[in-house]
Amino acid sequence: MFKIMHAQFLAPGIKRFVIEAPRIARKQKPGQFVILRIYEEGERIPVTIENSDPQKGTINIVVQAAGKTTTLLNSLETGDSILDVVGPLGKPSEIANYGTVVVVGGGVGTAMAYPTASALKRAGNRVLSIVGARNKELVILESEMRAVSDALMITTDDGSYADKGFVTDKLRQLIQNGTRIDLVVAVGPIVMMKAVSELTRKENIRTVVSLNPIMIDGTGMCGGCRVMIDGKSEFACVDGPEFDGHKVNFEVLVQRNAMYRTAEQRSMEEFKSKREISAQASPHACQAEGVQR
Amino acid sequence: MTTTAKKSLNPLSPKERIKVPRQLMPEQNAEARAHNFEEVNLGYSAELAQQEALRCLECAKPTCTDNCPVGIDVKEFVQRIVIGDFLGAAAKIREANVLPAITGRVCPQEDQCEGKCLLSKKVKPLGIGYLERFVADYEQRMGTHIVPKVEPTGKKVAIVGSGPSGLTVAGDLIQRGHKVRVFEALNELGGVLVYGIPEFRLPKQIVREQLDYMRAMGVEFETDVVVGRTVTIDELMDEEGYDAVFIGTGAGLPQFMNIPGEHLNGVYSANEFLTRINLMKAYKFPAYDEPMLDLHGKDVAVIGGGNTALDAIRSALRLGARKAYVLYRRSEAEMPARAEEAHHARQEGIDFQMLTAPVAFLSDEKGWLTAARCVRMELGEPDASGRRRPVPKEGSEFDLPLSVAVIAIGTSANPIVQSTTPGLGTNKRGYIQASEETQRTTRKGVFAGGDIVTGSATVILAMGAGRRASKSIHEYLTTGEW
Repeated sequence: MFKIMHAQFLAPGIKRFVIEAPRIARKQKPGQFVILRIYEEGERIPVTIENSDPQKGTINIVVQAAGKTTTLLNSLETGDSILDVVGPLGKPSEIANYGTVVVVGGGVGTAMAYPTASALKRAGNRVLSIVGARNKELVILESEMRAVSDALMITTDDGSYADKGFVTDKLRQLIQNGTRIDLVVAVGPIVMMKAVSELTRKENIRTVVSLNPIMIDGTGMCGGCRVMIDGKSEFACVDGPEFDGHKVNFEVLVQRNAMYRTAEQRSMEEFKSKREISAQASPHACQAEGVQR
Repeated sequence: MTTTAKKSLNPLSPKERIKVPRQLMPEQNAEARAHNFEEVNLGYSAELAQQEALRCLECAKPTCTDNCPVGIDVKEFVQRIVIGDFLGAAAKIREANVLPAITGRVCPQEDQCEGKCLLSKKVKPLGIGYLERFVADYEQRMGTHIVPKVEPTGKKVAIVGSGPSGLTVAGDLIQRGHKVRVFEALNELGGVLVYGIPEFRLPKQIVREQLDYMRAMGVEFETDVVVGRTVTIDELMDEEGYDAVFIGTGAGLPQFMNIPGEHLNGVYSANEFLTRINLMKAYKFPAYDEPMLDLHGKDVAVIGGGNTALDAIRSALRLGARKAYVLYRRSEAEMPARAEEAHHARQEGIDFQMLTAPVAFLSDEKGWLTAARCVRMELGEPDASGRRRPVPKEGSEFDLPLSVAVIAIGTSANPIVQSTTPGLGTNKRGYIQASEETQRTTRKGVFAGGDIVTGSATVILAMGAGRRASKSIHEYLTTGEW
């Protein structure tokens, strides 16, 4: 059992958990992830580690509610426990002094981009960060990102905060302004990482993306997380999760991530209907509903 | 005919023993079991077990024991069954084997103890596996495991992986007074016994009972630890004070065929397919959250001819598959699966397409598997493995309509431990180098055994390696000599 020391919403549907996991906290490096299972009947899902505190023996994860497991996870509070947390898994981000690095975080991906941005800054890079979100409410970790960046640009799809548009608009501007960019690191929705990679491919700027395919064990055993890199099959859990964005076959990733859509929808619907029943039956359950607002 | 010098407790003469037919294993009806995950074999009753035990010829030089990777004293335990001392029989097995309820179910007996049984020259061999299973289950039902009390040595051993080799080492060393802690990467203990072998062949309750027994003996377990990532071998030894480490991390990365279409939706590795079903209980979806493609009315094929392949396809059948094929590139004679599994699979209606290999997977426009393009093979000259090499027959291409394909053609070494342990020698294929006799690696105090040394093999071979390792770990811990 892994105790949740602190749980707090960063934005609607996006929650940060500080989890007691001393072994993982001691070893975690930027870019790595954990796999967790909330309860006995639960599925295993990979979640990137946002930060860790080796002294306190805690790790931070940031979770956006999408399906049943993440929705359930986001209903957990300080003092609750998660049955299994295993990691740190995957290869750490390659941190070096590249010169100027643009770190792009899209949505909840910002939480995953943050530790990499921070490490790149410490390694002496000039870090230019671009954070994108659907709207103002969903912009997360703004002050944290600002603290580790030489410049921070923010875009919202609807223009409700900062500049209206997409992260790629900002990246294109930087390129057009003649900013010398040695590396781009992009973490976020697949469409975003693909758009960034397409843009930088033309400019011949090295680009690293962090992939989050379906995974079970996270140690290379199942092969479920295989992704097409340069026409060859690689395992995101042990060969990644970071890959050269110019070599990733994003279409295959989108296609494979859709493999269980029917089952996932069924799972979510049954979960929601059960929750509604229990909400009617118990006054406490309405608090769980409340977290969604 | 040779008999022991010791007076036999068996009332039958050798000639009479040969006349007793091999007692059939009671099993669940094939039609019914094809739709459930309950165990296929139901186990001998005491009467059947005693009747079967009477058939043992009590050879002076028992080849059964010689052919057992852990050297079980078969003759002795079978004699105890004859006289009705079932607990004594179990104790006898336990001297050599800490997991009898498991090996009694999954060992390829026909290649080992039963393969060289003298009876098989004239009639069917003694049902040694069935008898082993009977006494192990009897002992469990009686709840009379004897937990031996031993003087603690003050030495600590870390075991990496809770599969058959790791559990064997743990069981052996705890009985010699060492402190033992087993680290498991997954959320459940048992390794391949829980993620790989399905419920209908090895009920998980059996594994849990064996683990409970080990806990009662004092073995400590820690799940959710990927050694090499969560903690390294060096940290275990230098910071956590372990005097020795045994690495039994098992078969690693699933191999694919590198043919077009392996990334399609509906194409699985056997490891993933079986892990979803066995470890994550996807067959109970939606009561359990891990999803599985709905196989009802779908056509499914497994590629490969080993036990893993049969486990996968028989699971697919139980999940509602309409057609369930085994595609194997050689002929039936070369199939590495246990004979009993192939027999059971056939009874259940699995369609064996021998001398057949896929060359590509085909899909619809959304990336879902629709068919396997296959070729028929013929057997040519023997290859390096001594088996006749399959050669594609020209013009034999055909498309086999499929919704799901499961690739079960073996595994390659998982590099996590090797790549994070400086000085740990590996062979050309990336497996850990270990002495065949002592299971010592190139690192002082570090031992290894099972699939991570040999590549994919069987539960009992891994246990045999575990047995050799525990002997030599004990030696190292007592003498300090490397």
